[in-house]
Amino acid sequence: MKHLTTAALGICLAAATPAAAQLAGEVFIHDPSTITESDGKWYTFGTRGGGLVSEDGWTWAGGPVRPGGGVAPDVIKIGDRYLVAYAVGGGGMSGGHASQVKIMWTKSLDPKSRDFGYHDVGVVASSNGVENLDAIDPAFLLVDGRLWLSYGTYFGSIQVIELDPATGLRVAGNQPVDVAIDMEATAMMYRDGWYYLLGTHGTCCDGPNSTYNIRVGRSRSVLGPYLDNMGQPLLKGGGKLVAGARGRGLGPGHFGHIDLGSGLEKFSMHYEADMDRSGRSVLAIAPLLWRDGWPVSGSNITPGTYELQSERSGNALQTKVDFVRIAFDPRRSFMAKPTDPVSPIPDQKLPDVQATWPSGPARVELAAFMVRPDQLWTVTPAPEAGGYFGAPFYKITIAGTDRALAATSSGEVEASAAYSGAAAQLWRIDQLTDGTYRITPRTKVAGIEDVALVAIGTSTVTLARFDPRTDAGRWRFMTP
Amino acid sequence: MVRGPHGLRQAWLGATLLALGLSGMALAQAQPSVPPLADFFAPVTPGARAVDTDGFIQRWLLLEPINKPNRSNAVFTGTYVRQALTTRYFPGQFTALPRDGQVVKASEPLRWHAFDSKLFDVKLFNFAQALGKPKYGVIFWATTVVNSPREMKNVRLAVGSNSASMWWLNGAEAAALFDDRRMVMDDVLSDRLTLKKGRNILRGAVINGPGLSDFCVRFVDEAGRPIRDITTDVK
Repeated sequence: MKHLTTAALGICLAAATPAAAQLAGEVFIHDPSTITESDGKWYTFGTRGGGLVSEDGWTWAGGPVRPGGGVAPDVIKIGDRYLVAYAVGGGGMSGGHASQVKIMWTKSLDPKSRDFGYHDVGVVASSNGVENLDAIDPAFLLVDGRLWLSYGTYFGSIQVIELDPATGLRVAGNQPVDVAIDMEATAMMYRDGWYYLLGTHGTCCDGPNSTYNIRVGRSRSVLGPYLDNMGQPLLKGGGKLVAGARGRGLGPGHFGHIDLGSGLEKFSMHYEADMDRSGRSVLAIAPLLWRDGWPVSGSNITPGTYELQSERSGNALQTKVDFVRIAFDPRRSFMAKPTDPVSPIPDQKLPDVQATWPSGPARVELAAFMVRPDQLWTVTPAPEAGGYFGAPFYKITIAGTDRALAATSSGEVEASAAYSGAAAQLWRIDQLTDGTYRITPRTKVAGIEDVALVAIGTSTVTLARFDPRTDAGRWRFMTP
Repeated sequence: MVRGPHGLRQAWLGATLLALGLSGMALAQAQPSVPPLADFFAPVTPGARAVDTDGFIQRWLLLEPINKPNRSNAVFTGTYVRQALTTRYFPGQFTALPRDGQVVKASEPLRWHAFDSKLFDVKLFNFAQALGKPKYGVIFWATTVVNSPREMKNVRLAVGSNSASMWWLNGAEAAALFDDRRMVMDDVLSDRLTLKKGRNILRGAVINGPGLSDFCVRFVDEAGRPIRDITTDVK
């Protein structure tokens, strides 16, 4: 983060119209810290102090308190304490690169909690303003009981140091190691024996003209060397793209990993410019996918009409109604000469079949996809109903009808007679790390924890506990 | 172009060949012997029988097939199958537990046979064929007694059948498999249901047009694991 301007800071309280399929509420922030749970709510802190809080990862509000000012904090929970790192000075603000990375801790992030209260630990890294280093943008990583901190900007190198997880202080005698150049707003992850160093390339803090984009390299050692997918060292400017501008969000930066469990991972970032919110810097959350050992941004489901294909059986979700045949004489296919003229056969349409459907609810099942009207589902965001971690709730209706996929009180699934907006007819659609989607009812189902839409047979679907170890709860939204 | 394993393709091509006067070619070959019942079934042994290691129920009372002509399985919509399989064909069809060897009065006398399947599935086609009974265009009835050591809630009946079928546990409809189907394990699962402690009566009816016919049935728990600590019997 360099040349941060007041206009880019997330401190304005003015209301703005929420963009479709983006976070709701007050989302203005720059350099958000890793989203962290405390006292049943989710917190992120930004540059200059303060931050955002949410109960569901969708609707955010101001209110969090982070003293010390400065820029680009990060938070990690270790034991019963939250360590907070932030930088004072540097960042090119006021023309300087002299900075200090400071650590403090609190037992709660909720200002209303009796456990809330920050305690200073001290300075763990610094730059003197002359050397090729700008000690800002700290980011924690805890692996196997060892605590690491990355920091730095384009003004010199990204460095990694080791901290004592018990105190938050620098391990005695530890020396910083250069791990990358041409990066800022770094973050680190560890997965399957690989350390990942993520950072931001491009221009910061210039609204819709910011070219920020998130890059990654990986190494078997936390201290590098980090290489990208082409083998280019991050110390020479390498970096595989994780997230770039998308839709109305420009300049993604400041990656923060969110592991929601059950195989669901997302990441936070800020868009330098939300084009639906006056080009201001906003918090954003996107699915995180893993492909061939590399993290890459996924995407929320695009509104549209799809086949909902079970990853378990490959069969498609459909209403359990009578199969209506398309009029066809097999002799037209098998006995015709190659030179006989051909003509198109129209798709089966709703009017061809609707008369056979029950007027009330119909159960749903899985069957071979035939591009039939009872197999085509229209996915429509319902942000007015809220959402969950970067995605609004959705309604899922039989295309061309008001029949909505719904949870029943007995934990089964049906196509209701009509959409009412009830919780039983609203769904979370979260992209999983393999690119498939998990479909979760908004309503709770008695006796079932972590409930989701699950294929329990080749042809049977129900609401059951999501098991990330199998394909039963994974779905693909296929273009018909 | 195959519509299932039932021979729509064969039936259609057969009709075509007949139309072309080529049917005599097949008649020139000697007829092979029909696989005997012993290839697929064993007589019921005294005492209850455990389910197999995957939980499949192998002990059944099977009724000789009811004639229900259908030259294609394409007609097996939900509406058709429900009507066909809830029609009363013989006394006690939905209520009585038959005895091995009992003859019921359908459109013609039909005998119940108690067998242990040697396979995970129950080969209805071979059952009918070995007895010299119709095997195409028929309805099979199957019944068994499921003994549960305790009340089991939130279990599911998991069925695969060729072709369509319906299943009832203790008189209540549990599962319905419509359309032209192949027999695969865990094809259709019932809603959550309860196995009573002690005896539970499981009935099924399978309708077949052309082609093979069989079914497989087991109970699974909420996590999809087979329920193995039940036994089955025919009385």
